[in-house]
Amino acid sequence: MKLVTAIIQPHRVDEVRAAVEAAGVKGVTVSEAAGYGRQKGHTEVYRGAEYTVDLVPKTRLEILVDDADAAIVTEAIVSAAQTGKIGDGKVWTVPVDDVARVRTGEHGADAL
Amino acid sequence: MDSGNIAWLLTSASLVLLMTPGVAFFYGGMSRSKSVLNMMMMSFGAMAVVGLAWVFVGNGISVGESQAGGLFGDPTSDLFLSSSWAAGDGESLIATGFGATFAIITVALISGSIADRAKFSAWMAFAFLWAIFVYSPVSHWVWGGGILSDAGPIFSEDWFPQDFAGGTVVHINAGVAGLVLALLLGVRKGFGKEPFKPHNLPFVMLGAALLWFGWFGFNAGSAFAADDVAAAAWVNTTAATSAAILGWLFVEKLRDGKATSLGAASGVVAGLVAITPAAVAVDPWGALIVGVLAGVLSSLAVGLKYKFGYDDSLDVVGVHLVSGLWGTVAIGLIGTTTFGAWDGLFLGGGFGGLTAQLVAAGVTIAYSAVATLIIGLAIKHTIGFRVSEEIEIAGIDLAEHGETAYEEAM
Repeated sequence: MKLVTAIIQPHRVDEVRAAVEAAGVKGVTVSEAAGYGRQKGHTEVYRGAEYTVDLVPKTRLEILVDDADAAIVTEAIVSAAQTGKIGDGKVWTVPVDDVARVRTGEHGADAL
Repeated sequence: MDSGNIAWLLTSASLVLLMTPGVAFFYGGMSRSKSVLNMMMMSFGAMAVVGLAWVFVGNGISVGESQAGGLFGDPTSDLFLSSSWAAGDGESLIATGFGATFAIITVALISGSIADRAKFSAWMAFAFLWAIFVYSPVSHWVWGGGILSDAGPIFSEDWFPQDFAGGTVVHINAGVAGLVLALLLGVRKGFGKEPFKPHNLPFVMLGAALLWFGWFGFNAGSAFAADDVAAAAWVNTTAATSAAILGWLFVEKLRDGKATSLGAASGVVAGLVAITPAAVAVDPWGALIVGVLAGVLSSLAVGLKYKFGYDDSLDVVGVHLVSGLWGTVAIGLIGTTTFGAWDGLFLGGGFGGLTAQLVAAGVTIAYSAVATLIIGLAIKHTIGFRVSEEIEIAGIDLAEHGETAYEEAM
């Protein structure tokens, strides 16, 4: 099993959710995040005083998938989240030892 | 007794009282989320102690019989409003209430210069003393037949300062007091290095809206009658304020690239401040000039604190002192006699009026600076004025009031 984590632009959430659902994913966890990459934050001006905002709002998606689906889901996220502008985000995959479904106590692939 | 006038004064006094919660929102939105309650409490605190000070001796000092050549009204003349009450005259009773609301808002305005760092007890003591020893006498000078009025020793019936609703008494006075307190308390940790960005701009806009609405009572109510003068003041108040929003936004667009909501809200207040003394002394075209230049001047002046290193946190100096001064001086330049008392310099009136305006502004600045410093130093060296650095960093709301505005205040 794999955990696919995606950091994307908040305004692309609906498109990405639809794309991963179409790719066969049954569940997604979405949370608000803040951070910076190459874009290095942005500048805001209040009464003429400039403030650099280092952390930009982002959305984080976490999806548990079978090993075979990881690449498909990653591609689905990338194509749905892409605007071509700096700050589009990142997607990465890590191996997962075990997953348990709380309601039934099932483990492994059955719990996905 | 004229029931129409009483009805308008009852309305006006109620409108002006609403301005102080308006200031609480205007300032509260600009402060950080960890100190918004303290910021708003300084306004509500002024509503408490200044109202009390006014009933006690404030009204007597402001409108009582002149003492010491017009320096202050007799403080004992209306103790606990006993004389006003006994006279039982509706117009003069509500005029007393109207005066109280002016004193309250003037004190509340000062609080913007000391965000995040003043002990609440110190602020309450300051508000009470300043209302009695600074606001009330200056109000007497200008409106109570004192030294800055046509009845005083300095001026003649031909040339005397015009301050319709409080350019000197309210805005220059509060602006100078704000500057003195900002200097006395010192800068906040991180001033000029860290961003102190406004935590709730919709609050700022709500506050500006309440201020504009309440200001109709402030300016049109200062006619003390439901008459032609009141209508003139209403019209100029709106004309100047509309122009001031544009003035402020114009500077922002040119300098920073974008027209901001904070700029629009600040422009509203700058315009209202500048037209306050000049509400009937200029014609509507003059009100537009007063307004647009108020927006331009104040939007440029708010940057001075970084240059000179005084932490006037929410720009009491940049907005109230600068636009208050501008409105006061503008009468000397473009005042007219349609509703005003004399013509300004550019309308063939000569230097008489301009000189009177400059003297009134100068005397107010000097007295407010000295008297505020004395009161401030007395508080600093007795109960202390500033919270510890630890409290300032953790957030003054929790330390001073035992509350936080939001679940996660930063």
